[in-house]
Amino acid sequence: MEHVQVAVLGGGPAGYTAALYCARAGFRTVILEKLSAGGQMATTSQIDNYPGFDEGVDGFELGMKMQAQAERFGAESFLEEVISVDLNAVPKKIVTDSRELTADAVILATGASARKLGVAEEDSLVGRGVAYCATCDGMFYKGKTVAVIGGGNTAAADALFLSRICEKVILIHRRDTLRADRVYLNPLQSCDNLEFIWNSTVDAILHEQKVTGLRLRDQFSGELQEIACDGVFVAVGQLPNTALFEGQLTLEHGYIAADETTRTSVPGVFAVGDVRTKALRQVITAASDGAVASHYVEEYLASL
Amino acid sequence: MATVITKDNFDQEVMGSQLPVILDFQAPWCMYCRRLAPVIAKLEKELEGKVRIGTVDIDEQPELEERFDISTIPSLILFQAGKNGSTLVNPPSRGAIMNWLKEQGI
Repeated sequence: MEHVQVAVLGGGPAGYTAALYCARAGFRTVILEKLSAGGQMATTSQIDNYPGFDEGVDGFELGMKMQAQAERFGAESFLEEVISVDLNAVPKKIVTDSRELTADAVILATGASARKLGVAEEDSLVGRGVAYCATCDGMFYKGKTVAVIGGGNTAAADALFLSRICEKVILIHRRDTLRADRVYLNPLQSCDNLEFIWNSTVDAILHEQKVTGLRLRDQFSGELQEIACDGVFVAVGQLPNTALFEGQLTLEHGYIAADETTRTSVPGVFAVGDVRTKALRQVITAASDGAVASHYVEEYLASL
Repeated sequence: MATVITKDNFDQEVMGSQLPVILDFQAPWCMYCRRLAPVIAKLEKELEGKVRIGTVDIDEQPELEERFDISTIPSLILFQAGKNGSTLVNPPSRGAIMNWLKEQGI
């Protein structure tokens, strides 16, 4: 079985920064990435708050550059999905869809994914009216009526974006006010093709071959109402990708419990980026975690 | 390199292909399509001689988009002997594509 000193799970900014620092420190480092470099960052065409890029930077290109930079110092990328891990074994065991390997230290950088509504048939209706990315799929609903579910920044940005393309946008939120930043509120209120439905959750997605509408439940009265729409954009937040680690280390609200040192409850296991408990989830704090983790990885490896 | 499929070469390159063809419906502005591109490129090498890959730019090819009822991209469809199988919408991992191919006998 192949053995490495450091295995990094996830190839977003946190994972590749960790890999860069570990590889530069001389450790044999591999990155296991199920799709391609960049993580969530790769789905953003313009990042304006990562320092050093005065005109902004394309998230996908930044991901590719982070990968190339780590690989320049010897880090190896395997485009493979991790199927299972044993974090408490010595050395730690990792099984991917293509190989098994052992590692002295493991850095968990699996990030977060779009949270689902959790209603029946949601998965089977993806591509038939259910979508999670307004900038990706909005054009398919040109001139049609769509619903946006959620009340945060993503929901607000999606609703604004869709209001410019669609005939009508219905924003459905389970509370009576949005959590979105102030910058979104005025533009939203001045949209004349945007309707708000407050205090409501999605009870069911109505469909024939494709989505035809939603059945909504009022949070207070429990009353049901049906609305017609051609598409549903789900923007109800993020879910940390920790299913593989459940029962092996301490989680808090689904996130991996770790402080600024990135050390988790298991010696030799570190958590970086969006998957870690932290106050601010940004590219720069993800990258920062990666650098910090390498310091504690080095300390841990020296103690073995 | 994947073959660029248009409504004009579709019959010859896809329906008439000796090998199975994966059609990758995409657009230049689609962020998730870009994330998938490195995986598709790797897959093309791995499956050389077994499966071919074609790309459809849905902005340029509205007829193909409509014909195969594409409403989310990226979407993948496998064609074998002129017949199309189930559509795989925005696969989250390389493994998801491999499973989808396996289900269709690849």
